[in-house]
Amino acid sequence: MQGLEFSVVFENMNILLHGMFWTVVLCSSASLLSIVVAVVLAMTGISKLKPLRSATFFFLWVFRGTPLLLQLFLFYFGLPQIGLYLSPIITGIIGLTLHFGVYNADVLRAGILGVETGQHEASRSLGLSYFQTMRKVIIPQALRNVSPAVGNNLIALLKESSLVSIITVPELTLSAQRAISETFRPFEFYFAAGALYYVVNWGLEFILQRVEARTALTR
Amino acid sequence: MISLKDIWKSFGDNQVLKGISLEVERGKILVIIGPSGSGKSTLLRSINHLETIDRGEIWVDGVQVNAPLKGRKFEKHINRVRQEMGMVFQHFNLFPHMTVMENITMAPMLLKKIPREKADAQARGLLEKVDLADKMNCYPVQLSGGQKQRVAIARALAMEPKVMLFDEVTSALDPELIGEVNKVMKRLASEHMTMLIVTHEMRFAAEVADHVIFMADGVIIEEGPPEEIFSNPAHERTRRFLFEVFKS
Amino acid sequence: MSGRSAGFRFIPGGTTIEETAVDYQLIIKVAPFFAKAAWSTVVVSFLSFALGLSIAFPAAFCRLSQNRFLQIPARVYVSVFRGTPCLIQLFVIYFGGPQIGIQLEPFMAGVLGLGINIGSYMTESIRGAILAVSRGQTEASRSLGLNKFQTMRKVVLPQAAGLMISPLGVNTIALIKGSSLVSAISVLELAYTAHRFTNSTYRPFEMFILASTFYLVIITLTSKAIRNLNGRFAYEK
Ligand SMILES: Nc1ncnc2c1ncn2[C@@H]1O[C@H](COP(=O)(O)OP(=O)(O)OP(=O)(O)O)[C@@H](O)[C@H]1O
Ligand SMILES: [Mg+2]
Repeated sequence: MQGLEFSVVFENMNILLHGMFWTVVLCSSASLLSIVVAVVLAMTGISKLKPLRSATFFFLWVFRGTPLLLQLFLFYFGLPQIGLYLSPIITGIIGLTLHFGVYNADVLRAGILGVETGQHEASRSLGLSYFQTMRKVIIPQALRNVSPAVGNNLIALLKESSLVSIITVPELTLSAQRAISETFRPFEFYFAAGALYYVVNWGLEFILQRVEARTALTR
Repeated sequence: MISLKDIWKSFGDNQVLKGISLEVERGKILVIIGPSGSGKSTLLRSINHLETIDRGEIWVDGVQVNAPLKGRKFEKHINRVRQEMGMVFQHFNLFPHMTVMENITMAPMLLKKIPREKADAQARGLLEKVDLADKMNCYPVQLSGGQKQRVAIARALAMEPKVMLFDEVTSALDPELIGEVNKVMKRLASEHMTMLIVTHEMRFAAEVADHVIFMADGVIIEEGPPEEIFSNPAHERTRRFLFEVFKS
Repeated sequence: MSGRSAGFRFIPGGTTIEETAVDYQLIIKVAPFFAKAAWSTVVVSFLSFALGLSIAFPAAFCRLSQNRFLQIPARVYVSVFRGTPCLIQLFVIYFGGPQIGIQLEPFMAGVLGLGINIGSYMTESIRGAILAVSRGQTEASRSLGLNKFQTMRKVVLPQAAGLMISPLGVNTIALIKGSSLVSAISVLELAYTAHRFTNSTYRPFEMFILASTFYLVIITLTSKAIRNLNGRFAYEK
């Protein structure tokens, strides 16, 4: 038994903070992109074209039913095979974006279907086209209605982002591993990384609560 | 039978009951009327200790409901006292996961250790009394509001309470269903059950009450026999209230 | 260092392959390995599920209790384990454990980590279901003279049971997918197998198809079971 010695963590804090920076970059870009993906998937999912709809459903079904880790393996090994040599960070962003894009698409589709048909009719009667109606009237309302659920997905995204360490993305978890390989102190560094995740998570929950309180007022 | 002495109760800054005292004798029926928010429900719920009062004494059949006991002792005491009182709620609160029969027999079997056959027989009798003998194996969702409320009354009666408390039991019902519930209550009245009724049904109040209390803003404004209160109220506040009610 | 190694070793830079068509022959050849690994995913998930539930019920009651000495630890448990990544929790247990004298086999560490993690989510599902039973139900029960425990047992829990199946089902599906994380502490299950064969065959797409198929089967069957169970509790019909 080695015992614990937390002072090494403070000596190597910059390694962890560097990793945390990338975690934040990773999560912010993936979360924004995942909403874009979600809008696209939600639209194709309610499209009038049957093949498009079926393809979307199949894609959603597969991505909803498989672990993120497996999807990350697919991109990490598969993209180079089709000639795409991307940095681990970009691969990580792609993986997280698609994974959470699928979750958000599910939420958003329910949100779109939840907007009253009267809204659609009113907008079309003003002369807006289908896409204009979607863009200006339906999707903004749907996004607002589902914002709590999307918020929950963002919180999940932060925690799941630790998985991209496995495909060598130099974020917080991998930074902890780097520090451990130098200091041989796994408990301290993983514990510290956990604490950092906890703090970011707490901050994120706080912000989302604020946003939620705001949007609730304008509802 | 029921005796309240100087009851005070507030929710935060909101003083809801301001020194209420009243008596109900054995076999008598007291009806409480008054505008919305005057504290009628709070008063009734306090008698059942669903609300804790700030000051005053509540006595039911010679036992102090808010006895000065602590912790587990009080828990035991209040559970025993509640068995002596039947309470019927505005929104029925039937147990949705139990059949009508189970709703009625659960408490007697659990608390009084009455064997199933006996509890079932008693429940059948009670269901006949509330004209629902054919519904005993239904679940609450399969019943109309009026039927639900009659089951709720039967459920309360199954514990053979000494007094019954009714809190606006018909105000969540469609107008055509009110009569059937009132009929059951009148039947109880004719059997000399001691009852405390909060209602917005003035005609019904006038028919069954032995004594009427008019409450507003947490105090008793006026009380007396129904003939007096309804035909010749002494207070301006009572007159205005009755005028509003009968106008609509 | 305790001589423990991570589950993965990477060949950096990725790989190239000329052939792009799906190699069905390869799929058939390695399928038995995946089937065996799938069973191990099922076992790990099931044991973690059982552990999670047996933590979650007492934790939910503690969380709902008026007693601070019960409530605060439960609060901390839920907050910490929901607020940090499961992967980190697994690493602390498996790699950090030996430092404080807890040396567990990968399998044990995996089940323990997953179970404690999902337990924190299940605690909230159970608590939510109990709180969702309306106050009127408790009041009606108490007014008949039932005490707190009798009310919980006879009135609240039977109704909460129906309400907690869906959220617990969501937790369970998440757990099955999350069980892939134990591959990172070298537990031999589906994700681990997919990774190993990808490394040795350079056939990521085929391995993804295989592993996905098994995950989808497991998850579809579990969802079906949850739906069935939910149907049984639908007394309100
Ligand atoms: N649990 C509570 N918390 C805070 N305030 C409450 C609570 N219950 C009741 N009140 C307040 O107490 C006052 C009296 O309420 P109560 O329900 O006793 O009135 P009521 O006479 O029964 O009215 P109604 O005829 O509408 O049923 C109201 O102002 C109400 O807002
Ligand atoms: Mg009321």
